[in-house]
Amino acid sequence: MRDPPGCPVPAAGYDHIVLGHGSGGRLAADLLRRVFLPAFDGATLARLEDQATLPIAAGRLAFTTDAFVVRPLFFPGGDIGKLAVHGTINDLAVGGAVPRWLSAAFILEEGLPIADLRRVVASMREACGEAGVELVAGDTKVVERGKGDRVFITTSGIGTVAADRQLSIAGARPGDRLIVSGTLGDHGIAILAARGDLALDTVLASDTQPLADLCHAMLEACPSIRCMRDPTRGGLSSALHELAAASGVSVRIEEAALPVRDEVRGACELLGFDPLYIACEGRLVVAVPPGDADRLLAVMRAHPRAAGAAIVGELTAGHPGRVVLRTRIGGDRIVALLAGEQLPRIC
Amino acid sequence: MRFIDEYRDAEHARSLVRAIARATTRRWTLMEVCGGQTHTIVKYGLDRLLPPELELLHGPGCPVCVTPLEMVDRAHAIAARPDVIFCSFGDMLRVPGTRGDLLRHKAQGGDIRVVYSPLDAVKLAAATPGKRVVFFAIGFETTAPANAMAVWLARRDRIANFSLLVSHVLAPPAITSILQASGNRVQAFLGPGHVCAVMGTQDYEPIARRYRVPIVVTGFEPVDLLEGVLRAVRQLEAGTHTVENQYARVVREAGNAASRKLIDEVFEVCDRSWRGIGTLPASGLRLRPAYRDHDAEHLFEIAAVSAGEPRACISGQILRGEKKPTDCAAFGVACTPETPLGATMVSSEGACSAYYLYRGRDA
Repeated sequence: MRDPPGCPVPAAGYDHIVLGHGSGGRLAADLLRRVFLPAFDGATLARLEDQATLPIAAGRLAFTTDAFVVRPLFFPGGDIGKLAVHGTINDLAVGGAVPRWLSAAFILEEGLPIADLRRVVASMREACGEAGVELVAGDTKVVERGKGDRVFITTSGIGTVAADRQLSIAGARPGDRLIVSGTLGDHGIAILAARGDLALDTVLASDTQPLADLCHAMLEACPSIRCMRDPTRGGLSSALHELAAASGVSVRIEEAALPVRDEVRGACELLGFDPLYIACEGRLVVAVPPGDADRLLAVMRAHPRAAGAAIVGELTAGHPGRVVLRTRIGGDRIVALLAGEQLPRIC
Repeated sequence: MRFIDEYRDAEHARSLVRAIARATTRRWTLMEVCGGQTHTIVKYGLDRLLPPELELLHGPGCPVCVTPLEMVDRAHAIAARPDVIFCSFGDMLRVPGTRGDLLRHKAQGGDIRVVYSPLDAVKLAAATPGKRVVFFAIGFETTAPANAMAVWLARRDRIANFSLLVSHVLAPPAITSILQASGNRVQAFLGPGHVCAVMGTQDYEPIARRYRVPIVVTGFEPVDLLEGVLRAVRQLEAGTHTVENQYARVVREAGNAASRKLIDEVFEVCDRSWRGIGTLPASGLRLRPAYRDHDAEHLFEIAAVSAGEPRACISGQILRGEKKPTDCAAFGVACTPETPLGATMVSSEGACSAYYLYRGRDA
């Protein structure tokens, strides 16, 4: 479709993002009309107000925000759009909230193919649909080529929490069992392999997935759950450290009980990485009173998003904040908090 | 997982621990040469499973740790140049020089890249003719073949903008220097498995004979190390001193002939300064004159900038096996992986980092 002759800036016809798409003028409106509104067809967004106006439910609101940068944008098992929806939904869900509304802000780099943006947006739409959330507000800015990395997305989310739901990272107690919902490190290694500079040939896919339905099923079956976390950057180690520090307990985990795929173990052996520090995007770690652990484990294993769940350890009194791992051959070692990023070893 | 799980088998490890206890009748001091071996020992708590008569000292075989400060500073000066893309193994990025580490230089605008193989740096040079691509070629004999191959390919394919900054070191002279030191306590060595995979085991025969020390070439998994300890203890108890090969699934007596030939074609032996140890004669490799056009030391004029090491750091004594990380007043206090004073706290193979990572600040 062509704009009438004489128009100084043709609104349509670009197949890449140009600076004008962030101008707030005709090109920006065109991008909204052609890319975003068709994908997110909810009534609230379509009103194009400067704000979304939402009904207040009984109980409490949960609110969270997260920024997403990933290279490459598309990888086996997902893309930046899915991550941006799942990440924010999951942060709400682990607090016992039902995710309801999302906002999304896009920083686009000049030169980004609009086809790529359409793919990202379509993927976000699908992820929102799967999780039953509505995208109700958004914004787009464009930065010059070289000042960004194709697409950055920030999503914020609001969920509703039942009045009697009390989950807190500080709520775990000595004796509680720790359950993880599936294999560790799939996302991190899948991304590493997808970058292509490792010559790792693997069919491994990211574990990114929405966890709200799983969390809901778990809390319905087992209201005694003390706290849940979704281990992302820093892997299981960082999630356990946060839990141990906030709850004033120490964590003991069994190396032999940790679910890790052979592909992930193999890549880690090769590079000198530890799967405990590799990112996940669709896993949970849960602290639950010991008497309810087996029942919760059965509920999780029966759910398609946690079929690989396993009890991996327990919480003990003393040494608040400490995480100890019992190795396969029976020795104990500290699991330290990652100092910087993991760097591949020399030999 | 094959080739891994059987060497981490709890039952096998326990039976080796029992055999070591039965074989040990006196006090013995052993040294594992490689940083990778140190990490396995501390990570799995192997030293705590051994009878109290046995002491394990941690050796100098951490390639990142022994790279001298002046070479790290030289690398940083080259990396800061606007016409350079500086490539390195990941471990080297956090090693502190006189003015910060490579990560800081990167944040300040240096084009510094982690590569997984030096051959990737050669490809980068071919694809970026307007830039000078320098690869930081550090390490023991283990990394020498790939580094040699990189520069050999660059010369063959006339990739003029590729060079190596070489700081290679050799394992046998380090072992010899420990044995020659006054007050040496080491009575047997767990030899460097991956070095021997390249170079073979013959170079260790004269050392074992001359200094009357058993040398057991050993692998890197818990079962490997316990087997190495058992064989070394049996020799010590029997009064023998031969070279044994525990790591026979990887190491051949003659090593890897193709790799040795390539190393010899590209590199020549030279004196080399070791961080924390000092200069050892004939202990390193440098590029032969035929490869001068790819030798970063020759291509870049760099003024010496090095100050001394931080005074609190005892990494030299740790690398020589004289002290343990826990003997250092700065360990876990002034010196942590976030704020390392010396390379032994930085490297994934350094003894201090192993103690801190796996045993915590109260190790």
